[in-house]
Amino acid sequence: MKTHNKLVKRLLLASVLMFAFAFALVPLYDVFCEVTGLNGKPSLQPAEVSAEVVSERLIDVSFLTHIQGEAPFTVEAEPTVITVKPGEMNHVTFTAKNVSGQNRAMQAVPSVSPGLAAQHLHKVECFCFNQQAILAGEQAELTLLFYLDNELPAEIEELTLSYAVFDISGS
Amino acid sequence: MTDSVDNNQEPGEPKSADKSYAAGVKRWLYTTNHKDIGTLYLGFSLLMLLIGGSMAMVIRAELFQPGLQLIEPNFFNQMTTVHGLIMVFGAVMPAFVGLANWMIPLMIGAPDMALPRMNNWSFWILPFAFTMLLSSLFMPGGGPNFGWTFYAPLSTTYSNNNTALFVFSVHIMGISSIMGAINVIVTIINLRAPGMTWMKMPMFVWTWFITAFLLIAVMPVLAGTVTMVLTDKYFGTSFFNAAGGGDPVMFQHIFWFFGHPEVYIMILPAFGIISTIIPAFSRKKLFGYHSMVYATASIALLSFIVWAHHMFTTGMPLAAELFFMYSTMLISVPTGVKVFNWVATMWRGSISFEVPMLFAVAFIVLFTIGGFSGLMLAITPADFQYHDTYFVVAHFHYVLVTGALFSIMAGVYFWLPKWTGFMFDIRLAKTHFWLSLVSVNVLFFPMHFVGLAGMPRRIPDYALQFADFNAIISLGGFAFGLSQLLFVWAVIKCFKGGDTVPDKVWDGAEGLEWQVASPAPYHTFSTPPEVK
Repeated sequence: MKTHNKLVKRLLLASVLMFAFAFALVPLYDVFCEVTGLNGKPSLQPAEVSAEVVSERLIDVSFLTHIQGEAPFTVEAEPTVITVKPGEMNHVTFTAKNVSGQNRAMQAVPSVSPGLAAQHLHKVECFCFNQQAILAGEQAELTLLFYLDNELPAEIEELTLSYAVFDISGS
Repeated sequence: MTDSVDNNQEPGEPKSADKSYAAGVKRWLYTTNHKDIGTLYLGFSLLMLLIGGSMAMVIRAELFQPGLQLIEPNFFNQMTTVHGLIMVFGAVMPAFVGLANWMIPLMIGAPDMALPRMNNWSFWILPFAFTMLLSSLFMPGGGPNFGWTFYAPLSTTYSNNNTALFVFSVHIMGISSIMGAINVIVTIINLRAPGMTWMKMPMFVWTWFITAFLLIAVMPVLAGTVTMVLTDKYFGTSFFNAAGGGDPVMFQHIFWFFGHPEVYIMILPAFGIISTIIPAFSRKKLFGYHSMVYATASIALLSFIVWAHHMFTTGMPLAAELFFMYSTMLISVPTGVKVFNWVATMWRGSISFEVPMLFAVAFIVLFTIGGFSGLMLAITPADFQYHDTYFVVAHFHYVLVTGALFSIMAGVYFWLPKWTGFMFDIRLAKTHFWLSLVSVNVLFFPMHFVGLAGMPRRIPDYALQFADFNAIISLGGFAFGLSQLLFVWAVIKCFKGGDTVPDKVWDGAEGLEWQVASPAPYHTFSTPPEVK
């Protein structure tokens, strides 16, 4: 019986550790994505203003917005495609409108495609860093200030920055 | 050693002193006997097979013709979801646990499982889990309808309020499996008869030993995943909600980190059963025993690094797609070793085709078809065409029905005479086999074609071009479903009586389980046998 107990304890401990491991996978996943840049997740920390040499490469950057579920917003970039040079600062304005009759808060979640470009896109200022409160029926100008660095892989000639827009009022 | 070892009357043995058991239902409620619990598991799994099977019949009836005839799309989705959950967690896994309970102590010369009281618990919580899951179908809002894979946000944002019942039932199934696995490991490590060294263990014991470690490694991860779904849905966490900083794709990574080892949990014990039956009816030793053990262990280890082949279309970078493609293809090497070893065992053997052997040979051929379609799915660029189509449905039904289920039936027919003391009705069993063999291929083979032509899985209606094949598939489905009633009949009939069998039921069979009397006495091996 004694030998049983020791073994059972070890196996139970292994089960508990694997349960904890499932939760540990959550931060590990983020760390892994950040280190490898695999998931197209750009950093949510403001970057320093570009100190890079402006190169002569031309990259097309498109902006997409997806309204998630029933979120009562319209969000649009103007223009939706710009041509940029790596190293150069770029300024884009998004117009967001609350189309409901109530005060609402929105959160935009960015994603870059192709995913490997994400770690070379640096945001100095972005409305996605914070929640944006928009009053009922009001319109807001949202700013995105970003640059691409020169390490952007040579085969990438165009990339897309997409925002999923969520209604987070009340949560 | 052909005479029976029946130690019931051995004096001074506390185990054999209580050979009488409570009468009626109390025997089954209070039992700590591995044979009783094995029988309970197998009976429960047969019941679940019939319930999950009737859901499949509902699905096939709706898909018999294009358009919506019988059921609402939402109910159709509940049927596909609960069919999957019932078959995976209710039919296949408990059947293997039942066979493990019955056979592992007999095969290694142990008097019982190491932890008999826990054994009782691990069975008796299962009926509660499935009652909870099935009862949700009858509640307002209905049962789970997000697929057995319960991808977020389907299971978090878009699911109904009965999702908690699904979550808790999966928790209970997980606890039951983990307790069962602990029991198997402790039994195998501590209770082998003197002389039963690791490399003398029967293949069924080896495959279950490795499976039990897989269960302990991944069932807690599944429990963690459903817990995250629970808190995301009811308590405002954002594990899988992008609005709160989570990531729905991460759900798929965590789920398939469980899910891929899970498919080997459902096939490794099958390999063990086939490795037991093929030598018995070829009258030769298993070819390449050592390589079988190492192949099983390699498959188990590789299963942890291939999960994202279920997710090729989620937008992974090229490097990851290639890694998961090659690692997945690598699994076909140890699996191929096994298939070739079985064939080599039969080669120039003195083969006879008794019912268990028929199922085992069908397993080898049909499981290999499922293996090949798996290899096709592993090819990343091709997978973009196959993903979420009926081709995938065909693939996993070939490995789970003609693979896992056929092996379970082979095992039941192989050991049933030992359990009951009677030979089953051979004509009935052969009819069951041939009807199953033909109908299962009519059922699943055309799914490859409609899948390649682009019919998506999990839909209640489909484009007209798929109508003829779907009608054929449904007819095969009804025939296969009805054929299983013959199996139920054959098993019940065998319990009621038949020709009595000798201790060594099959003349070519090897192993300690054939040294005990037929039917196996309530207590066996109270004194451990000597293994040479």
